[in-house]
Amino acid sequence: MKVTIDGQEIEVEAGTTILQAARMIGGESVPPAMCYYSKLKGSGGKCRCCLVEVAKGSDADPRPMPKLMASCVTGCMDGMEINSKNSDRVREARESVTEFLLINHPLDCPVCDQAGECDLQNLSFEHGKSKTRFIEEKRTFEPEDIGPNIQLHMNRCILCQRCVQVADQLTDNRVHGVMDRGDHANISTCISKAIDNEFSGNMIDVCPVGALTDKTFRFKSRVWFNKPYNAHRECTTPGCCGKTTVWMFGNEIQRVTGRKDEYHEVEEFICNSCRFDHKEVSDWVIEGPREFEKDSVINQNNYTQKLETVNINTEEGILKGRLEDRKKISMNEIDYDEKIDGEKLNSDK
Amino acid sequence: MSKKILLEKINVPGIKTYEVYRREGGYASVEKAIKAMTPDEVVEEVKKSGLRGRGGAGFPAGMKWSFIDKKSGKPRHLVCNADESEPGTFKDRYLMEFLPHLLIEGMITSSFALGANLSYIYIRGEYMWVFKILERAIAEAKAAGWLGKNILGSGYDLELHVHCGAGAYICGEETALIESLEGKRGNPRIKPPFPAVSGLWANPTVVNNVETIASVPWIVNNSGDDYAKIGIGRSTGTKLISASGHVKNPGVYEIELGLTVDEFMNSDEYLGGMYSDRPLKALIPGGSSVPILPADLIYKTTNGEDRLMTYESLSDGGFATGSMLGSGGFIVYDDTACIVRNTWNFSRFYHHESCGQCTPCREGTGWLEKVLWRIENGQGREEDIELLWSIQSKIEGNTICPLGDAASWPVAAAIRHFREEFEYHIRFPEKIKNRNHFVAEPFSQVKHLVTKQTI
Repeated sequence: MKVTIDGQEIEVEAGTTILQAARMIGGESVPPAMCYYSKLKGSGGKCRCCLVEVAKGSDADPRPMPKLMASCVTGCMDGMEINSKNSDRVREARESVTEFLLINHPLDCPVCDQAGECDLQNLSFEHGKSKTRFIEEKRTFEPEDIGPNIQLHMNRCILCQRCVQVADQLTDNRVHGVMDRGDHANISTCISKAIDNEFSGNMIDVCPVGALTDKTFRFKSRVWFNKPYNAHRECTTPGCCGKTTVWMFGNEIQRVTGRKDEYHEVEEFICNSCRFDHKEVSDWVIEGPREFEKDSVINQNNYTQKLETVNINTEEGILKGRLEDRKKISMNEIDYDEKIDGEKLNSDK
Repeated sequence: MSKKILLEKINVPGIKTYEVYRREGGYASVEKAIKAMTPDEVVEEVKKSGLRGRGGAGFPAGMKWSFIDKKSGKPRHLVCNADESEPGTFKDRYLMEFLPHLLIEGMITSSFALGANLSYIYIRGEYMWVFKILERAIAEAKAAGWLGKNILGSGYDLELHVHCGAGAYICGEETALIESLEGKRGNPRIKPPFPAVSGLWANPTVVNNVETIASVPWIVNNSGDDYAKIGIGRSTGTKLISASGHVKNPGVYEIELGLTVDEFMNSDEYLGGMYSDRPLKALIPGGSSVPILPADLIYKTTNGEDRLMTYESLSDGGFATGSMLGSGGFIVYDDTACIVRNTWNFSRFYHHESCGQCTPCREGTGWLEKVLWRIENGQGREEDIELLWSIQSKIEGNTICPLGDAASWPVAAAIRHFREEFEYHIRFPEKIKNRNHFVAEPFSQVKHLVTKQTI
């Protein structure tokens, strides 16, 4: 079937969602997604970031859909026409969702371990505003210890529920989920249990914000100071691919994560042993440096070209200006006998 | 005098019990449907009747039934939505409390029409005593052979259970109700697939309101055509209205659709006019989630026609000049009511009841409530009215389920029709601090303060 997104036509198989079709096209038409995760079944539809306008339902029923549709859970129809980047309604809706997500989200990026890798930062960069209209006190939660490996910072959580789906789909016994309702809904373990399943670390990778962070990496470094390398090891844990990204500072492996694709989704899930226990270079076969998108914060540390001495052209001018200023202030070269209007100061007139 | 269909036998002593209900002609529709009709014929009668869902949305019931996937070969279910939680709506409780066998009769007949062998009544947790009444009535019906295996020797089996929810408004949304019935957190599902294709346990399911199902026995007994003759236009049949607020006779009434709002409000047969004969200020005709109407739009539409108690007439002109029949929660306000406080109160409810699954509803309802709280408590800012308008417009239509709309519409309508009251709250905080403002000094007396200078 054929679908058109922002004027770009593509042929897709039946069952493809609008978001998947947009990702096939790529570029600016790809809607942002905070809760959808292609590797997790049943994800999507919650954050409402990926709303798009269906201008034509299909060839069979060309009526436009009155409401904006969540592209991650809406299937394509033959002849469907969708406006994503091109639609003012869509842009406004994304701005609204960004504003809603930020009203209670702490702006603690300078100390957040997710900074540089945060999907909410990227969303805000694209759709956020510089000023907030929210003057109320932000919602906060009591800190909670959910286990030895993962730090939960509930104030940052945007309730995407990806971590719950990871626990449902990758682990044997889920011990955490969503408690309470409304804006007080929170991620928590059931009756203070600890999350210690072998694949629980993947919750960190799927979290789009800094709500779930790696306890072995917290406050060790900013991600852009690390150099990421693809690495692998022969992992004996059933279900673990053993393919990871190791984040190095000098010769030290500070963090191990799954390998992520261009939409920040891990390609294959890894076990806790690979993630938390193997931090020696000798544990890994290093394949080579990872590639990052051009505008990524992490790319700031990706020195692939030889550095050259920077010549500051303005330096000479600055020094010249300073010299003139100094002369004016000291008035060294001013004739004290001469007034500014040209009259002699000590004139007899 | 309106024709009574649902509450016809409400005053018969002992009608709650099986013996009396049966003696009064109860369960006749089950006999007729099972012995003399095919399931499709029952569906056809309901279609002919024009019966519309009485839970609020008003979708044609027969059409909803015809959507059920019969080809899949999967078991089918009928679920009765008795999770009545909308502020101002209390009609289903009345029906279930005093006529439990009417609902059970409707459940059996409807289940037969849909080919369902396992049906549920999902009731809100706060209706525990009604839950017990229904359980007892089901036991009586089962003992009399109306439920269980081989009903009336026809080979048709039906098990009926009552399931008590934990008390969440969102569980009145059909997909959240199904999730809750499956033992999960009551979060709405993303549609499609619709329950008629994949509902309870991924089987084809129809979810209908109590009043809708209770209307089915009369339709089967008397024919869909006869039902369609009651009412007016596409609003056929009768409707239960739960009236509350500043009226002389609050309570649950069965009216014929098409009655004028004026007659319902002011005749002695119904509400009997305003309590203490104070002036009418506003009306919410269909439960707290529908837009409020100011006094000048209550009795007449913008065309000057009489406003009728029908789906069409109440929504005449869209939300600019109309509202909705909704679930029939008829809330009346006199001039002592503070619309700002009332809106904040509703907003507080929707904030509390938002499930938290999708962003606009989770964050937006809380924000709305906070801003309204500030305005009501004398801490409003001039820009807050525009802010409220902006927030509600960003929630509406962008959420997974209609709870976002339900939270947004009352705020929008209150600002649209009663903006001056918001301005008054913001500009004269000292006058509203005793929380007695419009009781001691109705807004009509202080209106000139804000109309002279508009913010």
